[in-house]
Amino acid sequence: MTEPDAGAGAPTPEVATRSARSVVWARRRLSARRFWATYRRSVMGIAGLVILVLFALMALLAPVLVSADSLDVTKATGPILAPPSWEYPMGTDEAGRSVLALVVWGSRVSLAIGLLAAVVSMVVGAAIGIVAGYRGGRWDSALMRFTDWFLVLPGLPLAITLAAILGQSMFIIVMVIGLTSWPWTARIVRSQALSVRERPYVERARGLGAHDLQLIAKHVLPNVFPVIFANTILSIALAILAESALSFIGLGDPLRVSWGATLELAFDAGAPTIGAWWWIGFPGACIVLVVLAFTMCGNALEEILNPRLRQR
Amino acid sequence: MGEWRYVGRKLLQAGATLLFIITVNFFLFRVMPSDPVRLLTRQRGVQLSPEAQAALTHDLGLDRPLPAQFVQYLADTFRLDFGDSFIFPGQSVVSVFSRFLWPTVLLVGTATVLMIVIGLYLGIRGGWKRGRPLDVGSMGFSLLFYSMPDFWLAMILLIVFSTALGWFPSGGFESPSSDLTGFARALDIANHMFLPVLTLTLGYIGEYYLVMRSSLLDVLGEDYITTVRAKGIREDRVLWRHAVRNAMLPTISLIALSFGFVLAGAITVELVFSYPGLGLLAIQAIDSQDFLLLQALFLFASVAVLVSNLVADLVYSWVDPRVREA
Repeated sequence: MTEPDAGAGAPTPEVATRSARSVVWARRRLSARRFWATYRRSVMGIAGLVILVLFALMALLAPVLVSADSLDVTKATGPILAPPSWEYPMGTDEAGRSVLALVVWGSRVSLAIGLLAAVVSMVVGAAIGIVAGYRGGRWDSALMRFTDWFLVLPGLPLAITLAAILGQSMFIIVMVIGLTSWPWTARIVRSQALSVRERPYVERARGLGAHDLQLIAKHVLPNVFPVIFANTILSIALAILAESALSFIGLGDPLRVSWGATLELAFDAGAPTIGAWWWIGFPGACIVLVVLAFTMCGNALEEILNPRLRQR
Repeated sequence: MGEWRYVGRKLLQAGATLLFIITVNFFLFRVMPSDPVRLLTRQRGVQLSPEAQAALTHDLGLDRPLPAQFVQYLADTFRLDFGDSFIFPGQSVVSVFSRFLWPTVLLVGTATVLMIVIGLYLGIRGGWKRGRPLDVGSMGFSLLFYSMPDFWLAMILLIVFSTALGWFPSGGFESPSSDLTGFARALDIANHMFLPVLTLTLGYIGEYYLVMRSSLLDVLGEDYITTVRAKGIREDRVLWRHAVRNAMLPTISLIALSFGFVLAGAITVELVFSYPGLGLLAIQAIDSQDFLLLQALFLFASVAVLVSNLVADLVYSWVDPRVREA
């Protein structure tokens, strides 16, 4: 659904009376409508979107749904390690806290870290990809060599090592995950930027004296954006998985409850061997659902953007 | 380009990457907010006197200029001298390392072979009969297990097959203090390895399935397949003799790429099953802040991925000489 460049559409009489800006916005609205019409037809995409909306609501409404006090070990009132019941739909943990409360509050941290880490990865990857693809030549080969080096470094072990050395806080986790996962984004964005650069209207704009930054902002970025977006959605899924693994190893933010941190507590308390399946099952199922939903949305987006995949 | 020139270029690139990996490792440890000596003694319950701190700084060579330290580090690395481990006093990092290496090689190796065989088979079957129950089922299966944290799957399998059903032991490499030998011992080890291998295999089959399937679909659209069919060749022969052979090519690179992920997955899976491999060693190193050991482990993981990439490149160019021109 790449947009046609400004002014390339068939000229209509009204164009003269409307400002360039309004023409651009009208075109964007149209392409957004068209995009939605295509997206709506993807069963997977819609299913993923519905799951995500539900989880987003849960995360946003957490303070309304469950009081923050219920996370406090000293104020827990429930029975210890009780299986699911009407009163505690997801059972209780070792300290008598409701697992449901842990899951609801955990969604905030898990989703926030996933989103922020994916944004960090997107910004770095997109910047490197655009510069490499747009500048070409020596910039391209130097940046891509650097990216290839990074691709070889195993991401999770690097993130684990960094987090172990730097210490544990939400900021460090976001940075560590974001800064170890950008190379794929950079490669994908680069190949897109490379093809945009060769398009006639970019050449024409350059011929008219447009500055590099102007060209990148006006032509390259809007054309590369859909690919970046789909890629970011997919990397949120991976970032959430990475956060859960880091927390499970004990490198999470010790002051915050995330799904991975809950699983770590459960494992350390021996939940698998005492058969406390609810303590492990529900937080883990949330991770699976959210990651699945982001992956389904990301795949649906990619299918729309990449027509070659559409027949599959 | 000639075959040897291609091999030479790939080796040179791998050498440059190795240098990069070692550099990253060097700086990981040195350009951190707190100084390494404090990092090494932090949480160890040791309060070092200023003199002892200075001595340790000198021992680690940290009082010398950075370039000199780097040269020293390079030399040490190539001699595989990573110093002494803190968790196992008096033992060198390398000797600790080699004890924990083989269980991981066994675990990751077995799982990798299984996931490749099963994943490729499902991909071939799925791509050949697209949209049939097997294909749709494999697709759903791939997506579901892709979304699952390895350690969660490991814990679920542990609850079901060990705690509830009691079919498999809950962890370890072999039964403690057993005097089994020969075949009985191998069986005991296999029994302990079953669930960890199952976890890793289930978790990564999907990637092979997806790549094989899409590659086969690409190949099936090619003209030469139509030609083969027009010649009246039997359908299963078209598939196995003509289509699969070419479609296998992209999976060679995938094997190398996913190796890094499987290795990462092994860390948490070994933790869940307290399986005494490099992953468990890494967790112990983190818990006791043994950074020299952690650094060596990270170096090993990177080099393992680098080597598997190099091997994949060379195998690929040997099977399909066309890539040498690219």
